[in-house]
Amino acid sequence: MSAPDHVIDVAGVTKRFGPKTVVDAVDLQVRRGEIYGFLGPNGSGKTTFIRMLCGLLTPDAGTGTCLGYDLRTQQAEIKRHVGYMTQRFSYYEDLSIRENLDFIARVYAVPDRAGAVQQSLDRLGLAHRSHQLAGQLSGGWKQRLALAACLIHSPRLLLLDEPTAGVDPKARREFWDEIHQLAADGLTVLITTHYMDEAERCHRLAYLAYGTLLTRGTVDEVVASARLTTWEVTGTGLLPLAANLRGRPGVEQVVPFGNTLHVSGHDPARLGAAIAAARGPGHACREIKSSLEDVFICLMDHAKDNFS
Amino acid sequence: MRRFTFHRFWAIVLKEFIQMKRDRVTFGMMIGIPLMQLIIFGFAINSDPKHLPAAIRAADQGPFARTLVAALKNSGYFTFVREAATEADARRMLRLGEVQFVINIPEDFSRRLLRGERPTVLIEADATDPAAVGPAMAATRALAGTVFNRDLPGPLARLRGTDGPVDFRIHAHYNPENITQYNIVPGLMGVVLTMTMVVITALAITRERERGTMENLLATPVRPLEVMLGKILPYIAVGYIQMTLILLAARFIFRVPMIGNFVLLYAVALLFIGANLAVGITFSTLAKNQLQAVQMAFFFFLPSILLSGFMFPFRGMPDWAQALGSVLPNTHFLRIARGILLKGNGLAEIAPALWPLLLFLVVAMAIGVKRYRQTLD
Repeated sequence: MSAPDHVIDVAGVTKRFGPKTVVDAVDLQVRRGEIYGFLGPNGSGKTTFIRMLCGLLTPDAGTGTCLGYDLRTQQAEIKRHVGYMTQRFSYYEDLSIRENLDFIARVYAVPDRAGAVQQSLDRLGLAHRSHQLAGQLSGGWKQRLALAACLIHSPRLLLLDEPTAGVDPKARREFWDEIHQLAADGLTVLITTHYMDEAERCHRLAYLAYGTLLTRGTVDEVVASARLTTWEVTGTGLLPLAANLRGRPGVEQVVPFGNTLHVSGHDPARLGAAIAAARGPGHACREIKSSLEDVFICLMDHAKDNFS
Repeated sequence: MRRFTFHRFWAIVLKEFIQMKRDRVTFGMMIGIPLMQLIIFGFAINSDPKHLPAAIRAADQGPFARTLVAALKNSGYFTFVREAATEADARRMLRLGEVQFVINIPEDFSRRLLRGERPTVLIEADATDPAAVGPAMAATRALAGTVFNRDLPGPLARLRGTDGPVDFRIHAHYNPENITQYNIVPGLMGVVLTMTMVVITALAITRERERGTMENLLATPVRPLEVMLGKILPYIAVGYIQMTLILLAARFIFRVPMIGNFVLLYAVALLFIGANLAVGITFSTLAKNQLQAVQMAFFFFLPSILLSGFMFPFRGMPDWAQALGSVLPNTHFLRIARGILLKGNGLAEIAPALWPLLLFLVVAMAIGVKRYRQTLD
């Protein structure tokens, strides 16, 4: 029985394509009004999972509800109340902005269609270019149109699949402000992304790799649960140092970050010993809090080890 | 470096070959289309159609009549499949298209022949397709002079006369002036509808998938059936506009005599349009991109022109080609359209061509809808 404030509540959801298990027994709960970040490497099953949530695909195993509707049997109801923004721009490039919105509003049988279209144009600042063909828009404007289109029927849940890929930083920031505003108004948002700054803007996160959910929680919880110790090394000759560190006992991951090197491992004592042995006179070392990125890279490497 | 260099050029050539190899459908078409053309043009098409079905209405069973029938049979152009008892019977066979010719041997044929009166043998032909009738008629005329040479020996030889002992009178029904356009223009309707309906539907659905808009559409409450019907309805309207244009051109430019019932024609056309749309939908589920969709449509279009009796007489083709042609909806629609327009056929007369069309529609739609559904999950 799902708690009343859970918009998404699924357990053991699995999807196979032929012999390949793309999503493997994923459990996930998302609360109302929450912005839930969904992360994972390419091909980890994020899109497939989202497609099951919005009723496009039927899970092969597992149970669950989305907006209180059963994932297997009430896909039609789910579709009516979910806004889904696909990874690739998927509105009609040979229709104008207004025509696209009008079409979607008709499909959802939105009451007072003309009013709803005008309102969504105004809200997203698209009113002055409403007669422009969607195909002529830049990436940022296409993304705004897509967001406007998937909000037109006032959905209760928004599923966004890499909405900010290929969008410039300013447009990304505006997009996130909009998402936070929507969430404050009670809309629940599940969003996939590859950007760490975006991940940190989410209320809670889940990390999916090779179809398996590896971790979830708030940013702090995710970082803490990884129990990863990270050292930051600055100085000269970092490249030879990185080569030197790799393969030493206790060193699990060496990642260059600009002019610094992040060295991480699960065993603080052995990691400290390894760094002490490898460092040269020109190196400054200090222990830092592991970043989300350190944690995710570590999770990904471990997941790969388990799968190979 | 403005000079043409071999290694850059060769890099492009190699890349092109790799891509060609990857696109299986295109590769298949490059082999398949010439092969198909080779078989159709090389083996199936025959501009000198023989063994045409004919009926005989013989009021005289005498030896001369038997000689005449044997001679016609031996010419290779006629296969006598039926006997007509009455004139009305003969007409009905022609209208239904069961026979191409009816040979009428008059009552006192032998007697009048021996009297040297040059009796008339009336050959009634279904001349809707002049190309099918022409060679047979020419051969028959040539026969007239010599057919009774063995039956009229010695003193009787004088009966052979200069024009031959019998007068073959040919009555070309439905198209007495043997005007090719009368046959081609109504047939064009079937060809144009086949081309546009199959290509456009295949393209319209493939485009949605190729551009990714299909995924978006299916995430809305729209049902797959609503998508499909909604997408094909505009093209049904387009099909009717095309049909109307061709009919207007037939009437006012080509002056084709049209005596049939247009309401019936428009009603039957819906089946035909539906059958082609179903083929288009099936292709759209197979094609990965719009180019492949066009290629598949072409693969269907080619036999629809060449094996349907549009360009070449259907009965002139070998049996296997006729069997193949009988599967195609265009073959049946051509018979229906020509039958209604030129012969004034009604529902009863077109029924033999109607049910294969209906069968094709049902089967193609079932496959199309089934495959279309499978592409979603």
